[in-house]
Amino acid sequence: MTVSPVRGLRAHPAARRWVLGLGAAVAWVVAYRSNAALWDWLVLDVGGLDPASRWGSGVHFFFYDSVKILLLLVAIVFVVTVARSFMSVERTRALLGGRREGLGNVAAAGLGVVTPFCSCSAVPAFIGFVSAGVPIGVTMSFLIASPMVNEVAIALLLGLFGPGATALYVGAGLVVAVAGGLVLGRVHAERWVEPFVFETRLRGQVVTATADLSWDDRLRMGWEEAVGILRRIWPYLLVGIGVGAVIHGWAPEDFFARYAGPGNPWAVPLAVVVGIPLYSNAAGILPLVEALHDKGLPMGTLLAFMMAVVALSLPEMILLRRVLRPPLIAVFVAVVGAGIVLVGYLFNAVLA
Amino acid sequence: MLIKILGPGCANCAALERVTRDALAQLGVDAEVVKVTGYAEIAAYGIMSTPGLVVDEQVLVAGRVPTTARVTELLAAHLAS
Repeated sequence: MTVSPVRGLRAHPAARRWVLGLGAAVAWVVAYRSNAALWDWLVLDVGGLDPASRWGSGVHFFFYDSVKILLLLVAIVFVVTVARSFMSVERTRALLGGRREGLGNVAAAGLGVVTPFCSCSAVPAFIGFVSAGVPIGVTMSFLIASPMVNEVAIALLLGLFGPGATALYVGAGLVVAVAGGLVLGRVHAERWVEPFVFETRLRGQVVTATADLSWDDRLRMGWEEAVGILRRIWPYLLVGIGVGAVIHGWAPEDFFARYAGPGNPWAVPLAVVVGIPLYSNAAGILPLVEALHDKGLPMGTLLAFMMAVVALSLPEMILLRRVLRPPLIAVFVAVVGAGIVLVGYLFNAVLA
Repeated sequence: MLIKILGPGCANCAALERVTRDALAQLGVDAEVVKVTGYAEIAAYGIMSTPGLVVDEQVLVAGRVPTTARVTELLAAHLAS
């Protein structure tokens, strides 16, 4: 009796996939919905902590936020990876080939967001684009948008601040990528690209990374990516949530608002300067951002901080140094940094 | 059989090498595995996303780390051809 449905499902992989997928989705929704109640019960009722006390609010924040962020990350990274398995850097290059500046920058920024991309592929992608005749400025729009609009950041912003802030983040990232690429295209950046890039020719047929995938492959890739990202970032995540919990429970109510609040015109550039050397990733930084937001820091300042942490990282620049000379890397940092500062001011003005 | 792992040396490239060696062990095939880390050389294979798996100068995988089973399948197909 109990064996036959399982055996039936084994014989029908498509049906099995649907049952598994549906089961996972329902389990996810139940877990996400009951997260707050679970920690209310465990921390406040069983643990006996007062929600208004420092320990109560700090400990509750830590556990509740950890579970919430883990659930969000798994779901959104899975969905994004499966969706992205239909795109590839090779296909993006084909779409951008022959594009002029202007519209090309807009297309490149948009493709930078949807193309699956690991930062160690930045250099091969750069070489591939340039050797296909994609202008430097358009290529840079792609390379700026790709880390700037990050799927982990989208997942967390959506969960912590809702669709409005998420749309602002994506829109701002695209604007910085388009504007940055346009500026870099104007300064004749070709002089600062290592000559071997122009001498490299792609040999033979360009291989498309994701052309021959079945649905099973795509779903497996989604799952492996979700697990892989969790495995890589959990220490950052726990440190970020831990610092967030301390700020949540212990920082005086107006401490951050007094020094970095709307009244301080230097807060936005300061947030960017502080953010650059803090090599973390969106997952480690967002719980911090959430706690700081609760303490009265304006959204624009926080978004600028987050973008600086994610998009202007030292390891990325060391990688790019293999193809770009220092002046171009300096211009890249200056342009992207200035764009982020402007976005910060804009959001503070709009959202205030 | 000459196998090349293309990639600058990040975690994904190491994972691909491990998967490939596992696949070779499962097939019971002895092959030379070389790492290619130079960007010009990687780009010359026509791939723009790392890691890449090249067998006897033919690109089999680019831009992702497949499962051991998938690599075993690809290598077996390559050996049969």
